[in-house]
Amino acid sequence: MLVARELTKSFPSGDRTITVLRDVSFTIGDGEFVAIVGPSGSGKTTLLGLLAGLDTPSAGSVLLDDVDLARLSEDARARMRGEKVGFVFQSFQLIPTLTALENVRVPLDLRGDDGALARATDLLARVGLANRTHHYPVRLSGGEQQRVAIARAFVNSPRVLFADEPTGNLDHTTGIRIVELLEQLNRDASTTVIIVTHDAELAARARRVIRLNDGLVIEDSVRAA
Amino acid sequence: MRVTGRWRTLPALAWRDTRTTRRRLVLSMSSIAIGVAALVAVDSYSADVVRSIHVQARSLLGADLSVSARRTLPPPARAWLDSLRARGAAEAHVTTFSSMALGGSLAGGGKGTRLVQVRAMGPGAPFYGKIETSPPDKWKELQSGPYAIVDSALLIALDAKIGDTLSLGYARFAIIATLRNVPGDIGVASALGPRVYIPDKYLAATQLLTYGSRAEYETLVRLPAAMDADALAKSHRQLFDSLQVRARSVADTERSLTRSIEQLGRFLGLVGLIALLLGGTGVASALRAYMAEKIDAIAVLRCLGASASQVVWMFVLEAAGLGLAGALMGVVLGVGAQLVLPHVLGSFIPVDVSPQLEWIPALSGLALGTWVGVLFALGPVLGVRNIAPLQVLRRDDDSAQGAARSAWRDPPRVIAALVLAASVVAVCIARADGAIVGLWMSAGIAGALGATWVAAIVCARLAKRLAQLRWSFIVRHGITNVDRPGNQTRPVVLALGFGAFLLGTLALVQGNLLRQLSSAANASAANLAYFDVQTDQARPLDSLLRSRDLPVLSQVPIVPMRIAAYRSRKPPLPARGERRSDSGARGAEANRPSWALRREYRSSYRDSIAPSEKLVAGKWWTSDGPDTDGVYEISVEQSLAEELGVAVGDTITWDVQGVRIRTRITSLREVEWTRFEPNFFVVFQPAALREAPQTYVMLTRVDDDASRARVQRDAVLRFPNVSTIDLTLIENAVGKILDRVSLAVRFMALFSVVTGVLVLISAIAASRRQRVRESVLLKTLGATRPQIVRMLFTEYALLGAIGSVAGIVLAVGGGWAAVHFIFKTPFAVTPLSLAAVASATILLTVATGLFAARDVFSETPMTALREV
Repeated sequence: MLVARELTKSFPSGDRTITVLRDVSFTIGDGEFVAIVGPSGSGKTTLLGLLAGLDTPSAGSVLLDDVDLARLSEDARARMRGEKVGFVFQSFQLIPTLTALENVRVPLDLRGDDGALARATDLLARVGLANRTHHYPVRLSGGEQQRVAIARAFVNSPRVLFADEPTGNLDHTTGIRIVELLEQLNRDASTTVIIVTHDAELAARARRVIRLNDGLVIEDSVRAA
Repeated sequence: MRVTGRWRTLPALAWRDTRTTRRRLVLSMSSIAIGVAALVAVDSYSADVVRSIHVQARSLLGADLSVSARRTLPPPARAWLDSLRARGAAEAHVTTFSSMALGGSLAGGGKGTRLVQVRAMGPGAPFYGKIETSPPDKWKELQSGPYAIVDSALLIALDAKIGDTLSLGYARFAIIATLRNVPGDIGVASALGPRVYIPDKYLAATQLLTYGSRAEYETLVRLPAAMDADALAKSHRQLFDSLQVRARSVADTERSLTRSIEQLGRFLGLVGLIALLLGGTGVASALRAYMAEKIDAIAVLRCLGASASQVVWMFVLEAAGLGLAGALMGVVLGVGAQLVLPHVLGSFIPVDVSPQLEWIPALSGLALGTWVGVLFALGPVLGVRNIAPLQVLRRDDDSAQGAARSAWRDPPRVIAALVLAASVVAVCIARADGAIVGLWMSAGIAGALGATWVAAIVCARLAKRLAQLRWSFIVRHGITNVDRPGNQTRPVVLALGFGAFLLGTLALVQGNLLRQLSSAANASAANLAYFDVQTDQARPLDSLLRSRDLPVLSQVPIVPMRIAAYRSRKPPLPARGERRSDSGARGAEANRPSWALRREYRSSYRDSIAPSEKLVAGKWWTSDGPDTDGVYEISVEQSLAEELGVAVGDTITWDVQGVRIRTRITSLREVEWTRFEPNFFVVFQPAALREAPQTYVMLTRVDDDASRARVQRDAVLRFPNVSTIDLTLIENAVGKILDRVSLAVRFMALFSVVTGVLVLISAIAASRRQRVRESVLLKTLGATRPQIVRMLFTEYALLGAIGSVAGIVLAVGGGWAAVHFIFKTPFAVTPLSLAAVASATILLTVATGLFAARDVFSETPMTALREV
């Protein structure tokens, strides 16, 4: 369970302070598929960063499985991410010096998990890249790279998967396939998926939509099943 | 050519283009600065020294003309000097020899003994130059009584102080001062034998110059202003040579000293030049990373109407500006380092040097640095010609790599590389005193850099294999990072490797020489030698030693002699230290008989070969008498035979104190000179010399330091003319000299190491963005800071290890070559010193790497979301 409590984030800018998020609160249950939407500059990415423990809020708190992320040290948050959180980025963010298989293994390797090879091979097969395991990222197409990134995001069986504009750098058809893959993994592993996007079509596929504008939640709606 | 608007704006464009990266670019160019600094420092210092030599040349010689010989001057030379005196010249005498000095008076028993260099000075000597003393101005009192002025090291050795008595032979002197500075003497000289100056009117009273004593008799001449010393020396050179007399004018002294300094400068400058080239490879590599980042900006410029040549010129201007900045930094550093060099090299330099800003070295350093910077930058810069405007729309990673790969097929870049090579050769030729030497220097540079380059590549390949082993992810990732694109692994390894190579070679050579020396001390049965023992002293000295339960390990006769005539089938080689191509005195030099002919030989006789010798040709004699023609057999050391051009069967006639002895070479020997035993160039059949006037060397061994000191003192008290050589003192002295030499080399190696550090820092700065992105990503995926630090640690430790392994492999080769060919002693790897060099290199790399990359692991993971 992921809980946001009165999250506020502000940055100093020159001699003024800019508040990007104001009093954002919500609860996301296990296995939900949520889209966070809003125009550019509405605070989507900041919110994602706070929820994933990449950043600390100016006020308020984020609780993942009842643990307040702000109370953890940076390294403890990193370990927590390694165990419970997965990421998919708009620009894929694969490590160029590692092969597809090695990229997928990274979260398990960082934990020193012995089952990394089998698990990573299995996941690559599930995203349809069984024959691409030893390719370096530069040799893969955009869609293939994002599929590697998704396999990596799921390799540690995360409780929550964060996806930041996962289809933003892909053509329409490939984008749809990536979303379908996320949906499938959400169903199969009952992982909570939180997508940040301003793609209306993608947002429409989510069961719950949280809409931000100017740092405020202006809509939090659940689509009828 | 008219400068059109299109070109006029280029400098401004170039300046603006560097805006965000200026600091980083200056950093990459600073790797050139170190090489420039080394060159400017060395050139300025040698210019300082040459200028000082010119100004002080007269004081260095102490006279207008110096005439010296290994014996009292022969009558024709004496007559010539008398004729000079008749024309208004003044003369003064200096007699130099080794002797034992005893602290305290003979009657008082003395405190300690030490082998010293005695200089008996006649009134007036030296005519020029001031011998500085402490307390000051004591030099002029020297002639007014039985006084001595000594090296302060001697006071320490003898546990004496100013005012104490010093005994030399049978005479006693009051120590009135210590020496502070003697023009023309180099600092390290006193390490071998402390100097003692006495007035020459008391020389006879010492009774030290007896038969067989070695001394140099020098006459200093001050000429009237109208007489040209140089012309006089030249016109009489043939006469002097035939008399085995050495004549030097002020100009001779200046010439030979200047030549030595220039050689020293050339050697040290070579190291600077290499540091400059190492920095250059760093610049090329940094520029390549920079240009890769610039591809988008260039494509935009091209879209907006910039021509390919405009783009290239823009970056050439940037490179030139930065090269100038780097070179300027180097000049400033170099002028600073010039002030440090006297402390490093001062003990080898016979003049007082006052450093001043030398414009020619500074400006040529500036020009060379800028030029090398631009040439190294040109390769990567020319690569951007091929960037198409279309790249704005479609960024294709492969095209950039493709452009880099085909560098050798791109004529302008090949030309740039050739111009670079030609420039280096031109600089070498300009620095050397001939095209051939310059070409050899270039070949040396190419060889050293090429070998390091190959070693670096091989080590990097091996390291890459390592990554395939089953390490933990952290270590494996660190290893793969070494191979990261844009990581400048090769220039970093090249510079570090070259530094490790210099330091490693130095450590090996030093270690080998010291090991050789101490193993000689342990292997030789003896550690104390008495020499100049007169025939009537041999027996009493023998009983003195035996009464102390000390063994007399051997008693070797020594007979001084010269070559009177010899016949060989080959022409002699040029003498050591003399070069036929000497400018100025070409004819005279070439006709001069070789050193081997002029020198005094101290030979021995025995009926068997010694353990330190090996017969390499001919047979040892079995009979003990001359053949029917009265010709005796001799055995000659092989390098001397080579120098004289003689072989088994040739004949040599010797002059033994006026008696001619005819000999035939019946064998050649190889001699292990490093053994602490009397060794000889020429050994005679006993019958030939048994009746000749002779002295003895007696060897003994005393293990305890205190008893060794006591037995030396007791012998000197009874036999003041007998000198002792204490092997442990020689070991110390050689160790001291080696320390000084290695300090100088280490100082120069430092330039290469610092270049390596700078290249590393600039490489890290260049790949910073990529590194930050990756470490942040890893943190997002669950990596903790300690894990990131461990990855970086592995990467830099491996980088340092590759560099040090490459350097040490080469150092073992270099050290072997130096020890084998120059010092001609057996070579052994000294693992401890190499391990020290390697660990220092690795430590430095890791420390530099972690320091330069410190913001990489402090960046928060939020950047991963923000970037793009």
